[in-house]
Amino acid sequence: MAVRVQREDFDPGNELERLSAGNHDIGGVASFVGLVRDVAGGEEVSAMTLEHYPGMTEKLLAEIEAEANERWPLEASLIVHRYGRLAPGDRIVLVATASAHRHAALESCQFLIDWLKTKAPFWKLEESGSSGEKWVAARATDDRAAARWKQSSDKDEAAE
Amino acid sequence: MKILYFAWLRQQTGIDTEEVEAPGEVTDVAGLLDWLKTRGPGHAAALADLSAVRVAVNQEFAELDAEVAPGDEVAIFPPMTGG
Repeated sequence: MAVRVQREDFDPGNELERLSAGNHDIGGVASFVGLVRDVAGGEEVSAMTLEHYPGMTEKLLAEIEAEANERWPLEASLIVHRYGRLAPGDRIVLVATASAHRHAALESCQFLIDWLKTKAPFWKLEESGSSGEKWVAARATDDRAAARWKQSSDKDEAAE
Repeated sequence: MKILYFAWLRQQTGIDTEEVEAPGEVTDVAGLLDWLKTRGPGHAAALADLSAVRVAVNQEFAELDAEVAPGDEVAIFPPMTGG
């Protein structure tokens, strides 16, 4: 299990190779790489700056990674999230999970990225040549994507 | 108490971090936010619509009725947009 919050870019191939190196119980590695797009809501985006809450970010990412490891039988997992100013095409985030079988790897990878979108303390500021700077608004579709991973025990608590 | 502001809350208040001594009657997040609004027009504007604001106390997400005390680290920010 590992979490990194960094300004620097990462090499997905290298990261995936290191994740499974030497562990032959791993039968599958799933990964998600998030990239900066050059368009958002129909408007052109020339750059994006990611701000985060140092300390809380690392703590929350480690907690959610631990939860993924409790819910799925993972052999290894990695979250790398960048901050700072990024250009279209730049990598933002890497989530990778490794397990004996594909279902655990694929499901836990999706769980982690859905969760990251709404619960990790990052904020995106988009720059556009035509309309200046704009803070990205949270999306209800992201909230719904994260909510479907709630376990029944969480729902029970919410109902109380 | 240490208050941290992120994203557009940082821009509107013009502050990223401030040390404050809240009056004794401030005991929860809602009371703290009400009191912070009185610190200036930037604070008042940033905290005008609390439905757009999220709070963490000592790096744990907190609701408006969560307790706050001297020495706490309270962060105020918009809904997260990571990933």
